[in-house]
Amino acid sequence: MAMFEVTKIREDFPILKREVNGKPLVYLDNAATSQTPQQVIDVIVDYYSNYNANIHRGVHALSQEATDKYEQARQKIQKHFNAKNAYEIIYTSGTTHSINIVANGFSSFIKKGDEILVSAMEHHSNIVPWQMLCERTGATLKVIPMNLEGELLMGEYDALLSKSTKLVFCNHISNALGTINPIAEIIEKAHAVGAAVLIDGAQAAPHLVADMQALDVDFYTVSAHKICGPTGVGILYGKEEWLTKLPPYQGGGEMIAEVSFEKTTYAGLPHKFEAGTPNICGGIAFGAALDYMNQIGFKAIADYEHQLLEYATEELLKIEGLKIYGTAQQKTSVISFNIQGVHPYDIGTILDKLGIAVRTGHHCAQPIMDFYKIPGTVRASFSFYNTKEEVDILVTGVKRATAMLV
Amino acid sequence: MKIKEIQEEIVEEFAMFEDWMQRYEYMIDLGKSLPLIAAEYKTDDNIIKGCQSKVWVHADLEADKLVFTADSDAIITKGIIAILIRAFSNQKPLDIIEADTQFIDEIGLKEHLSATRANGLVSMIKQIKLYAVAYQTQLS
Repeated sequence: MAMFEVTKIREDFPILKREVNGKPLVYLDNAATSQTPQQVIDVIVDYYSNYNANIHRGVHALSQEATDKYEQARQKIQKHFNAKNAYEIIYTSGTTHSINIVANGFSSFIKKGDEILVSAMEHHSNIVPWQMLCERTGATLKVIPMNLEGELLMGEYDALLSKSTKLVFCNHISNALGTINPIAEIIEKAHAVGAAVLIDGAQAAPHLVADMQALDVDFYTVSAHKICGPTGVGILYGKEEWLTKLPPYQGGGEMIAEVSFEKTTYAGLPHKFEAGTPNICGGIAFGAALDYMNQIGFKAIADYEHQLLEYATEELLKIEGLKIYGTAQQKTSVISFNIQGVHPYDIGTILDKLGIAVRTGHHCAQPIMDFYKIPGTVRASFSFYNTKEEVDILVTGVKRATAMLV
Repeated sequence: MKIKEIQEEIVEEFAMFEDWMQRYEYMIDLGKSLPLIAAEYKTDDNIIKGCQSKVWVHADLEADKLVFTADSDAIITKGIIAILIRAFSNQKPLDIIEADTQFIDEIGLKEHLSATRANGLVSMIKQIKLYAVAYQTQLS
């Protein structure tokens, strides 16, 4: 696509045509969930209309078709993230599930006195599992601090790293602030002291393509619903050597090689981590979502979203008393803000009445809100199908809400 | 006035507005006139759980009637609690306990609140009724 044709792209998303509270929907909650293009919806409909069956088990044609499509999607995901092997892509229910597989598995390797590092800007789903791991093992959780702009203090990170560091966890992009973290450097430095690294890529996947082999990352997690795919499906990428070492997370069908009442031997990768009937349709649709995104092109998407970010930042800052949280040099199209003297819920409520969907609250990142000493923020997050006109509607809406609320 | 009559009055007032933006403007105005809780009662113990914004409610017995004061860090929430206080403040505990809360549905408030705020509204009503139960026990 030579030029970024947003009007044409918007036609792919049926939901963008609907009205909310009598106003055209302006959907700016993309960091929570992205919308689904017709191309992906068609794949979901096709699955349930034509070849819905359980995979890997039946000898019949439908089961074979479903299995083929599901495994083809795994290969698409493998190629997209440049994983060395398709079996290093584990289907999960999403990022939270992916993180829990690793946190649970590491219980067997972590002991008292070991240290786990997390960044100060983590989502609760990347804090709580590690706290639980520390409680189980007696390991210590340490935090990589950030500055007021929302950038990690890499000097402090260097100082925290030691031979006791066993694991480092960090999001690729912060959901609350939009900061793009320097993960290549984080991974390299952790490896230098022998620590493994998990990067939560939930917020990064819709905006950029992470290369698993180039990054040399040990674990990387993605949720399909943030990248134009369906809810309830995602992946855990893990290096083969790690996935082989980690014990299975759940017991059940599909994850076994042989079962007797005396002993069960586990299946090989990836099935060891895929107990039970998976979200088959979801996995296939995830592949279709990546096809869709790649057809538009991630470079074009990133460039366009950056334009939206710059325009929205400039226009919002013209509003008196508006403060933006997260002003990192490297950030994606997420703007977290507050108006002086106004509670973020109030602004969000009025914006909703105007048909504008934003997120308000602590964005499942309470430590960040504590850091800034605020109850929460209003968060507008832009996707490639948003327009400059929608930014204008947001700005007008925020002004109207402010006039009512102050 | 009896609780039922006040509730009817509130329902009528809300019916006069043409759209929800106007109703919200009205709620914000109500929020600004909320009888504020004394600083000494604005403690963590008095925060109503289930609200995403902070809400404090306190009740005092004056003669045989309960008088409610409250506060919140969000103005629309203050408006919601102001509506409740208008309906239930200066009433006898037993009347508060026995009062129904159908008027909330009649205003259409619940369906126009986000799920978290609607939960908060339920928690506020529960808290008001709990105060009434506590004071009723004290009275009898």
